[in-house]
Amino acid sequence: MKRHIISLLMENEAGALSNVSALFSARGFNIESLCVAPTDDASLSRMTLVTTCSESVFEQISKQLNKLIDVVKLMDLTEGDHIEREMMLIKVRAEKEMREEIKRLAEIFRGKIIDVSDNSYVIEMTGDSGKLDAFVHVIPEDHVIEVVRTGVSGIARGVKSLTL
Amino acid sequence: MELSGAEIVVQALKDEGVETIFGYPGGSVLHIYDALFQQDDVKHVLVRHEQGATHAADGYARSTGKPGVVLVTSGPGATNAITGIATAHLDSIPMVVLTGQVPSALIGTDAFQEVDTTGISRPCSKHTFLVKRVEDLAETMRKAFYIATTGRPGPVVVDIPKDITDPSVKIPYEYPRNLKMRSYSPVKKGHLGQIKKAVELIYNAKRPIIYSGGGVVIDNASGSLIDLTRELGVPLTSTLMGLGAYPASDRQFLGMLGMHGNYEANMAMHEADVLIAIGARFDDRVTGHIAHFCPQAKIIHIDIDPSSISKNVSVDIPIVGSVKDVLNDMLRIIREGDRKIDNDGLTSWWERIEAWRGLGCLRYEQSDEVIKPQFAVETLHKVTGGDLYLTSDVGQHQMFAAQFYKFEKPRRWINSGGLGTMGFGLPAAMGVQMAHPDKPVACITGEASILMCIQELATCKQHGLPIKIMLMNNGYMGMVRQWQEMFYEGRYSHSYVDALPDFVELTKSFGHVGMRVTKPSDLEAAMQEAFDRKDELVFLDILIDPTENVYPMIEAGKGHHEMAMSPASKQGGQR
Ligand SMILES: Cc1cc2nc3c(=O)[nH]c(=O)nc-3n(C[C@H](O)[C@H](O)[C@H](O)COP(=O)(O)OP(=O)(O)OC[C@H]3O[C@@H](n4cnc5c(N)ncnc54)[C@H](O)[C@@H]3O)c2cc1C
Ligand SMILES: Cc1ncc(C[n+]2csc(CCOP(=O)(O)OP(=O)(O)O)c2C)c(N)n1
Ligand SMILES: [Mg+2]
Repeated sequence: MKRHIISLLMENEAGALSNVSALFSARGFNIESLCVAPTDDASLSRMTLVTTCSESVFEQISKQLNKLIDVVKLMDLTEGDHIEREMMLIKVRAEKEMREEIKRLAEIFRGKIIDVSDNSYVIEMTGDSGKLDAFVHVIPEDHVIEVVRTGVSGIARGVKSLTL
Repeated sequence: MELSGAEIVVQALKDEGVETIFGYPGGSVLHIYDALFQQDDVKHVLVRHEQGATHAADGYARSTGKPGVVLVTSGPGATNAITGIATAHLDSIPMVVLTGQVPSALIGTDAFQEVDTTGISRPCSKHTFLVKRVEDLAETMRKAFYIATTGRPGPVVVDIPKDITDPSVKIPYEYPRNLKMRSYSPVKKGHLGQIKKAVELIYNAKRPIIYSGGGVVIDNASGSLIDLTRELGVPLTSTLMGLGAYPASDRQFLGMLGMHGNYEANMAMHEADVLIAIGARFDDRVTGHIAHFCPQAKIIHIDIDPSSISKNVSVDIPIVGSVKDVLNDMLRIIREGDRKIDNDGLTSWWERIEAWRGLGCLRYEQSDEVIKPQFAVETLHKVTGGDLYLTSDVGQHQMFAAQFYKFEKPRRWINSGGLGTMGFGLPAAMGVQMAHPDKPVACITGEASILMCIQELATCKQHGLPIKIMLMNNGYMGMVRQWQEMFYEGRYSHSYVDALPDFVELTKSFGHVGMRVTKPSDLEAAMQEAFDRKDELVFLDILIDPTENVYPMIEAGKGHHEMAMSPASKQGGQR
């Protein structure tokens, strides 16, 4: 079992996203996160998909994705050097002595406090998924009010690219 | 040329060269039906149930290679069509299904006869479109036909909201002939390096076998398959879907493989050292238990769909490309080279195969009293000279037809293999007969299957389709009964088909000819009469042995070498 980050370019058309998500449920493929938005070319969307599976299942996933009529191109980022980032918005209880402590932790993780109330912060943080997981873990469980994550998006390092 | 959306639909059909469509009207397609009414080029066959329309279009496509076209209304029209869409999808049949949809402004409001047609059909079609603007309609039609017919073919659904076909809105029309899609470009040519590797592997083989499938039929590659097989002198077995692509009377043909395949074919698969899979998809009915599948073989797989390759069985030399292109390249390489296949190896391989063949796995106990289904199919073959378009329903009769009607040509055996859809046979035969008005067309069926689309007898009357229906009436859902006999200790739970109609009278009430046959000695004359009545639909209600089982058989969880044989073959009984 290995974690793969699949990056794909697809036609920015109604139904394209459904085709991808329906494929995963119809064929029983696991999907950990999915993140999608139009690119600089408005006719194209870029999707980043994270899945953990065996090599043979991964082969099927990429073949089946390629087979979808709306999918233009596809790349497995985990095949080479790449950068992955995820953004998290996390609302935490911040009272009394914990106000300072949480601020300090956020700084260590290079998070930004973007909303403050008498007893809470909203912290914005980007990084790879592991870093975000780690931050959530260092906050005492009963202080975490709400976690919103975008799912991974990624890009290959160097000149390698996924473009038309 | 300025056309309305409704006229664009019809004009696009003409521009695609479509001569016949199958459909059923309703509110959301009335504008299109009005446009159809005002022209004569595209012929419309009115069915009696939308499932019938899809199977008819499917039969049309399977027997011609041209895409089948369906037109149905929104809501129940579309849902009734789903079974036929799924049937075509699993067997890779090119089809374009036009469905009406509620007006754009009402989509999502639970409007009258609204269903999410693209949502329902997405998992069982090659692609779906929802037309959003009349300006997109012509291009969408072109894309639908292009996608349906290229690469690995399949059904494409085009969902058209009623306002898009508004007759009062006319726009300039030009059919986009040279369509290019950046996201879709199927490969045809195989990789030459891979092909050379495959040829090398074949040269070194001692016990090679060709396993050919529906892809050969789909690609009209029968000629290339025959050339290659003869050139190599190797044995060939075919899936249910590939029957006819290689002539069944040829010595190199081992018959069908798989669950109800021939003993010699399955044994040869089991002992082969090189397997050449051509346009076949390693279906579980073919492989048996995967762990026991071709344990000694290196596998070459030629398929146009990369996702077919190494899906169920991992292969050694994948070749992505069309059957015809790849086989022709292979042949050229073989003919230009000076290598020859290992002839000594091949000779002893054939000796082994002939010994398996000698067992006569299709032997059955003949009877003077009761008609055996195997005998019925053999008689059908005799009466039609082996030259027949034969559609089938699903069940024992389908397997007997596959085993005993020796198909010599492709596109003659029309059956639902992947989905196994009961009800397919009769409407599919309508499509075949529409495409081949002067050719004999028959449908082999069971008393359970035929009732699933029996209403289409009215369509046959209206359109004068002289189909011959061969009902193998055993009073049981024979295939189900067989499994209950073998695996449920004879507990025949709901597999007895009670309260059957009198099929002869039923047929007559639809205005056709119905006849009943009960004695083996009357069968040939009855079949002969049926085919002699060239302009009439004849329904033969053939009462067959209710207890006959299909053999040989690989039971679930077993391998190719563990076939159960018929009592007659075990005893070396009469053939
Ligand atoms: C009751 C019942 C019993 C059955 N028993 C058996 C049995 O005993 N034996 C048996 O064989 N089947 C049996 N079947 C059928 C079985 O379920 C499958 O439908 C069948 O085996 C699939 O055949 P195929 O591999 O030829 O694939 P098809 O479904 O015909 O698929 C064609 C393959 O060719 C590829 N292809 C398409 N076009 C091209 C092209 N242009 N170039 C290259 N490749 C192309 C496709 O990508 C696909 O992989 C049975 C079905 C029923 C209902
Ligand atoms: C629509 C549909 N429902 C159920 C089945 C399961 N099924 C497969 S074969 C069969 C029995 C078919 O009986 P009949 O048509 O009489 O043919 P026979 O096996 O007796 O030749 C059934 C119920 C199916 N294939 N399709
Ligand atoms: Mg029956």
